[in-house]
Amino acid sequence: MKIILFIEDEPNLQKLVGRFLEEEGYRAISALNGEIGLQLTKKMKPDLILLDLITPKKDGFEVLQELKKDEATKDIPVIILTNLEGSADVEKALSLGATTYLVKANYELNEVVKKIKDTLKHSSKPKE
Amino acid sequence: MTKKIFDHLNIANHCRQCDLPLWQCPSFLIVLTGLVTVVAMIGTYFIAIKYTEPEIVALIVIIITGFLTIINYLIIQGFEKLAEANRLKTEFVSIASHQLRTPLTGIKWTINLMMHKQSDQFTKEQLKRLKNIEQSNQRMIDLVNDLLNVSRIEQKRLGLKSKTISLEKTLKEILPEYDVLAKATHTKISLDIKKKLPLIVVDPQGIQLVIHNLIDNAIRYNKPKGQIKIRLSKKPGFVRCEIEDQGVGIPDQDKKNIFQKFFRCRNALKYQTEGTGLGLFIAKAIIDASKGKINFRSQEGQGSTFWFELPINKKQKTKNKKHLF
Repeated sequence: MKIILFIEDEPNLQKLVGRFLEEEGYRAISALNGEIGLQLTKKMKPDLILLDLITPKKDGFEVLQELKKDEATKDIPVIILTNLEGSADVEKALSLGATTYLVKANYELNEVVKKIKDTLKHSSKPKE
Repeated sequence: MTKKIFDHLNIANHCRQCDLPLWQCPSFLIVLTGLVTVVAMIGTYFIAIKYTEPEIVALIVIIITGFLTIINYLIIQGFEKLAEANRLKTEFVSIASHQLRTPLTGIKWTINLMMHKQSDQFTKEQLKRLKNIEQSNQRMIDLVNDLLNVSRIEQKRLGLKSKTISLEKTLKEILPEYDVLAKATHTKISLDIKKKLPLIVVDPQGIQLVIHNLIDNAIRYNKPKGQIKIRLSKKPGFVRCEIEDQGVGIPDQDKKNIFQKFFRCRNALKYQTEGTGLGLFIAKAIIDASKGKINFRSQEGQGSTFWFELPINKKQKTKNKKHLF
């Protein structure tokens, strides 16, 4: 079963996405802030990370930077799932190595899942 | 006409609308400066005739100049206050809209979960109600998106990036999204492309928003079972796109205001209550920033044709080069 980690500080959105992903056959885990997100990534080795940009402790950009610096986590695809949509944010996230950038309010949950499926299909993350 | 002139001359009313006291209101202060100048000139003339000493006249001129400088300083302050209020308003809209997006996403995704994964637990009636909530919520999200775009336009940070794209391909990608809505409203949408068209230079997301706004309007204000004709053609230096509907049209007296923010035609309000009056304002801002042109022709009761033209990619390598804002 593929593991998806959702780093998001809004508990309601976390639960909704988690529930939807489980119904779709994924194992969903979530982190309420950037620091826990990074710890969970090292521990659980998720197949994909959904990352909000405004998160406490460490924001999404810092998390993304650290993930891509670390040999063990740099190949995990990261989908940005946020309500920020300034072109500077989009550009920064993509240049730091995010696979896709989605604005939460503009996507239905099944469209988010479709993006996850497409990304997992194209990712070649070696799984031990 | 006379009412308009009187309205314009009513300075006190003007200042009240700007929410400024008289001594900070530029309209009042400018009139005051004029009055002081005229009175000072006449006064100095008579004083100069009566007292011939140049020192007295020079002193009076210095005093008046000092007084006028103070008034001018107040005028500048008044303008600065208005500019600051405008900036704060735009910033407020931007922050409020961002904050609204989180709860709106919560509602949207909750309904998604209920309708896609738990629909067997609901009756037909309940599902219909859920659909209504979903539609209202989506309208709110669209409004928030429009407000965010307007605040970006006003802060001059739309952040458009020009790229070389095919308008034909963009339209062909967008049109299938309207299949369901067109079927529901019995609208026939046709696409007519004259010949092979050159590529254009524009921001891909920006032009998608323009096309969406124009087609949304064409469907919304079309007559029942009406047609929408979309035509693409080449003009010297530009690719032109026309979107023609057979809808309510635009009354002559409303034509000059059609691209203004929050403006909605009188007949449109009778016909269709949805809509924010922001779509065309946003479309014009994007086309203008892309060095294109946008306009329309329309006859009330007959329909409207909105068109825009975007510059063709010349041989120079322009891709990914610059921010338009």
